[in-house]
Amino acid sequence: MTALLKLEGLTKAYPGVVANDDVSFEIRKGEVHALLGENGAGKSTLVKMIYGLVKPDRGQMEFDGVPFAPVEPRAARATGVAMVFQHFSLFEALDVAENVALGMENPPSQRELAARIREVSEAYGLPLDPHRTVGDLSAGERQRVEIIRCLLQDPKLLIMDEPTSVLTPQEVEILFQTLRKLQSEGTSILYISHKLEEIRALCDGATVLRLGKVVGRCDPREKSAAELAEMMVGSKLQPPIRDAHEPGDVVLEVSNLSQASHSAFGTALKDISFTVRAGEVLGIGGVAGNGQDELLSALSGESPAARHAVKIGGEEIGHMGPNQRRQIAVLAAPEERLGHAAAPGMSLTENALLTGAVRQGLTKNGFLKWGDTRAFAELIIKEFDVRTPGPENAARSLSGGNLQKFVIGREVLQRPEVLVVNQPTWGVDASAAAAIRQSILDLAEAGAAIVVISQDLDELMEISDRFAALNEGRMSKPQPARGLTMEEIGLMMGGAHDMEVAS
Amino acid sequence: MDLSSINPVFLIASLMVAATPILLAALGEMVVEKAGVLNLGVEGMMITGAVCGFIVAVESGSPTLGFICAALGGALLSLLFGVLTQFLLSNQVATGLGLTLFGLGLSALMGQGYIGIKAPEVFRLDIPVISDIPVLGPILFSHDLMVYLSLALVAGVWAGLKYTRAGMILRAVGENHDAAHALGYKVVRIRLMAIAFGGACAGLGGAYLSLIRVPQWTEGMTAGAGWIALALVVFASWKAGRVLLGAYLFGGITVLQLNLQAAGVAIPVEYLSMSPYLITIIVLVIISADKSRAALNAPASLGRSFHASN
Amino acid sequence: MIRLEKRPSPSRFWAAATPVLAVIATMIAGGILFAALGKNPFEAIRTIFWDPLFHESFAAYSRPQLLVKAGPLILIAIGLSMGFRAGIWNIGAEGQYIMGAIFGAGAGLAFYPSESFLIFPLMVVAGAVGGWAWAMIPAVLKTKFGTNEILVSLMLVYVAENILASVSSGLLQNPDGMGFPGSRNFGQWPAAANTEIFVNSGMHWGVVTAFIVVIFAYVMLTRHILGFQIRLTGESPRAARFAGVNPTRLILICLGLSGALAGMAGLFEVSGPAGQISIDFGSGYGFTAIIVAFLGRLNPIGILLAGLLMALTYIGGELAQLMLGLPSAAIQLFQGMLLFFLLAMDVLSNYRIRIGKTEVA
Repeated sequence: MTALLKLEGLTKAYPGVVANDDVSFEIRKGEVHALLGENGAGKSTLVKMIYGLVKPDRGQMEFDGVPFAPVEPRAARATGVAMVFQHFSLFEALDVAENVALGMENPPSQRELAARIREVSEAYGLPLDPHRTVGDLSAGERQRVEIIRCLLQDPKLLIMDEPTSVLTPQEVEILFQTLRKLQSEGTSILYISHKLEEIRALCDGATVLRLGKVVGRCDPREKSAAELAEMMVGSKLQPPIRDAHEPGDVVLEVSNLSQASHSAFGTALKDISFTVRAGEVLGIGGVAGNGQDELLSALSGESPAARHAVKIGGEEIGHMGPNQRRQIAVLAAPEERLGHAAAPGMSLTENALLTGAVRQGLTKNGFLKWGDTRAFAELIIKEFDVRTPGPENAARSLSGGNLQKFVIGREVLQRPEVLVVNQPTWGVDASAAAAIRQSILDLAEAGAAIVVISQDLDELMEISDRFAALNEGRMSKPQPARGLTMEEIGLMMGGAHDMEVAS
Repeated sequence: MDLSSINPVFLIASLMVAATPILLAALGEMVVEKAGVLNLGVEGMMITGAVCGFIVAVESGSPTLGFICAALGGALLSLLFGVLTQFLLSNQVATGLGLTLFGLGLSALMGQGYIGIKAPEVFRLDIPVISDIPVLGPILFSHDLMVYLSLALVAGVWAGLKYTRAGMILRAVGENHDAAHALGYKVVRIRLMAIAFGGACAGLGGAYLSLIRVPQWTEGMTAGAGWIALALVVFASWKAGRVLLGAYLFGGITVLQLNLQAAGVAIPVEYLSMSPYLITIIVLVIISADKSRAALNAPASLGRSFHASN
Repeated sequence: MIRLEKRPSPSRFWAAATPVLAVIATMIAGGILFAALGKNPFEAIRTIFWDPLFHESFAAYSRPQLLVKAGPLILIAIGLSMGFRAGIWNIGAEGQYIMGAIFGAGAGLAFYPSESFLIFPLMVVAGAVGGWAWAMIPAVLKTKFGTNEILVSLMLVYVAENILASVSSGLLQNPDGMGFPGSRNFGQWPAAANTEIFVNSGMHWGVVTAFIVVIFAYVMLTRHILGFQIRLTGESPRAARFAGVNPTRLILICLGLSGALAGMAGLFEVSGPAGQISIDFGSGYGFTAIIVAFLGRLNPIGILLAGLLMALTYIGGELAQLMLGLPSAAIQLFQGMLLFFLLAMDVLSNYRIRIGKTEVA
């Protein structure tokens, strides 16, 4: 097979960081090629260069034997490159057909386009109504919109950036069949992921990136997941340690919690009930947008619920606000680091005050004790190995992993009896993720009741005692995590929704 | 008091005239907001348009030229806002307020020598027979051309946003500028064009005040019309047809209270003159109380600065 | 090609330097404007910025005026800055200023001609209540129905102006005024007059209050949890909610506070420099204070300086009008330019300017 896309010595530097350093590899026609690497390894920058969103400082590309230097996505699309984004490039208030048209160079009339969307979506087993508003679609359906937008342009190369993070295991399987069908038709696919098992199942070749450099090439089918992980991370990782222990009494009890979402396209919580015991970790999985944010808000007190819906040690606290809950040691760490868990433009000291004021006694008669606050921020930085010159630096100056360590550390150091975290290791490099998971387990060890909401099933299986899944605002009955199969988990997450296998 | 002096046909005909300035300004602002930009400087752009149009019309004797220059003046001023908010990423609320204060000062300075002068006569539709048809004649066939132009603009904006690719791209930029950027659309350029369009419309609206409605130049003559246009956009939940409806309703109230003043109703003049503002507030409250609908229609990126990071 | 690069942390240096740069840029642009109007730009700039303070024959008159003009501007701007920091946009301070004056004057006149020492304090409280009540309208509508406070507070300015017109020839009209519109003159009623504390200093009770409020605001913003909550809400509303800030309470506090301060400013003005309620009492302080708030970077000390500077442009502008025939609108424009330059230069504190090759992104 001949090369479709050839990269030679691509280099791109940003102030303070070289995102890509002399990256070369090639993708053959009809190959599914994996680009493997941790968060921050430079995968995103690389594909943005291929898609014409970023211009390389040095190096060249060749597409189908012809020099290729797209100045904008339009040029890349015209050449035959299509891309499915990790964070969807969709417009919620517009309908499916309009969203598809926006990604095409010369879209046909809306009516003709609607017919073609139906046609292609049938052929690839991705049913989709062209007239529905995207804001009302599930995460899996939204991805279909993106894929169909690409397919309608008959791409020669399809770039998929972390496509499975929003899918249930069943949906992943269907997606893979669609991709294999495309491959059999001669389309090349550049598949970006850090999920090793997926890559082993799907890809013909792999290029591994670490800190912007190519550190290895291999045929992933011939390597074990552990070997791939070692190439990716550069060292052996210690899986988190936890000692078996008996959980204590029920601490957190949620019963028949129903609540509307405060955002226009959010998901309402419907009749959620569960309990968590002292020393226990309850893992809550589910595809993004199925009520995770809403559940966290209801538990943190940001959206107070009915009084009796949430109980701590038998006491009804559903109506309490965030600070009242902090008083009784119920703490939370939301998913969005910048703009929810932390204020981007404020210093780490001020961000320590953000949730620490009540439990750490950082105010007196409403006046702030800046000295104590700074000391608390410094303690978090020290205990959780947050890499920063000092607590006076703004939250947004920290890398994702470091800020996440700060956010988790801030709550853990306040000695919670109940801790609710959403996506604790999202976008965080492997070593920071391991440290965060370990701190969560240590907290459970010390007797706290912990709820971990995450879309990373591997993570949940690693640290949870029991597992449940959110699906359209409802929660499945929690099951012991040990011994659950991927298929069972997938069904708890709502199975394949309404997807079907490619014909 | 003599209420019989208020003639309903004349009332309707004159409400169309009273509504046209805010209709034009609100329509322009709606397009700007659809692109995701909140320009609170409508009042400033209107009054600048009013003074530009008036000066040019007086000096050249041509109201048409006056209107063209008013649109240019409004667009030019709006681009000041555009440069500040789109390139220098300044806060849109503050910059819009600044634009209003700046426009009021600028227009006062420009219009110094023009106070008390009368504007040249504007061409008015007057077709024999048709314009004389009772009821329909005065309402439909006896206005100045700007009234018809403003109606055509409503239809144009409605169809443009709904059916053209340019309109779809504009909506997409206002909905999610990051996604539009990722697809390769020039967010800043599209927004600048929308801002200039909004400025031109506001300028036309202002010139309509100084050349037709009043027709004279006085300092601060817009008297909040730009703000009412902003309120209209909210009232209309970003739909062109409803902007028209809102503007005519508002024009009706204005004309009615003026007629009541003239008729010598026993309500003090001050209370009648404040009524349009009070009614605007009441309408805003009613609209915003219906939270679900307001939230669904507002462009999601409204008022947020766009800065492309890598 | 010039491009912007976000700074990891906001630059403190540029935050302080931009207002100074903006003033310099405005002087240059203003000079060009004055030259275009056929005036000598250097003379005009000197007349505006230098003569009011140091001219041998005018300074004696205009120096006290500096405090008289700066007092209400600072008082109003401090209140506005609290809301602006939290993303709550009260732009109807002019209306609250007018209503404060009407309430305060009305409360005093109800006891005319009492000479009780309680009259003036009562008027101050009534003025604050008037402004507060007027600001509570947008506040309550926003918290109850989510109505846009920008539009409502602004519409209420026009309503307040009409009320002013109504009471100055009605309810509060001077019964001994031979039918002329306007209330009794407080200058001739010692118990209700806002007199100068030191003769010929311009330092009346409103100015003293403004200085005290600056100190309070500074302490609140830097040392008190409420100030932290205000800043946090402006920085990130969602993080504020997570931190336990009650948005409804914050809106009521910020709008109420700015309304009360504007109302007090109105009362001090009507009982002092203005002297009476009259149809042209509204002087635009409520709008100019918006510029003052931004020019002072929403920082109390900055607002203090910005208020003095803006007062200087008022007095200097009047002087330039008198001496050089510079139109008063030119000064208004000048003030508008100042705000624009400031907003434009603000970019420097959050972004670095890079000059280099084109970046597609």
